[in-house]
Amino acid sequence: MDWQGQKGAEIVMQIMLVVFAIAGLGIGYTIGSFPTMMLTYAGGVVLTALITVPNWPFFNRRPLKWLDPSEAERHPKPQVNVAAASKKKAPKHK
Amino acid sequence: MHSFSYRANAVVTFAVTILAVMCGMASLSDNFNSPSPTADVKVLNINWFQKQPNGNDEVSLTLNISADLSSLFTWNTKQVFVFVAAEYGTPQNALNQVSLWDGIIQSKEHAKFWIHTTNKYRFTDQARCSMPLFASGNNLRGKDFNLTLHWHIMPKTGKMFADKIVMTGYSLPEEYR
Repeated sequence: MDWQGQKGAEIVMQIMLVVFAIAGLGIGYTIGSFPTMMLTYAGGVVLTALITVPNWPFFNRRPLKWLDPSEAERHPKPQVNVAAASKKKAPKHK
Repeated sequence: MHSFSYRANAVVTFAVTILAVMCGMASLSDNFNSPSPTADVKVLNINWFQKQPNGNDEVSLTLNISADLSSLFTWNTKQVFVFVAAEYGTPQNALNQVSLWDGIIQSKEHAKFWIHTTNKYRFTDQARCSMPLFASGNNLRGKDFNLTLHWHIMPKTGKMFADKIVMTGYSLPEEYR
């Protein structure tokens, strides 16, 4: 999954679980059956897990654009060693 | 939500936390129930009334217990424990309670019942406790007592409610028989 996909998966998980919990409570209380509430909620948990946990392709639609290797060579990382080398040379000149 | 196992852990943890909240709310919903139970106990007969060898009075009763406890049941009720206790006062103790009969009701359909029975547990005035010098056990002759129907509503999740109905006006004979 890409970064946006991960965030999407988290939001989908939270919303789905809360929705199934409220639906389970509502149906169970209205019908007057505690097992109905538990089964509705358990089904919701399984469905949520099936949708958010595996690495589905629709969570990977906005991949990060990594730079090409040639592009990266044109912008080299600054070398820290250059400063240390010039310090060694300075006392000799004076 | 970085990896498969991370997301799986997140789903399970959040689901269980929400389950705990759901059970709490199911328990809270029991407070909306306003029960209206009825009960009546008749003492049909005093079978015998004796002084036992250890000095305690003991009496055997035949009871007719009828009750309608169906309004106590909610969607969150596992079972109702009901018992009948005889209550009386003595010079030594202000309140003595002796359980005579109990039962477990597991569904609303069985909550309206009528039972004809002798007392399931012995009705004795217990003298032989930790203070033998104080005890007499001769307290039941001519004693007036109440019969109280207690119930405990045991939930599937959450808080247990307990209440009772007190019925007064019963008494034991003056002499042993």
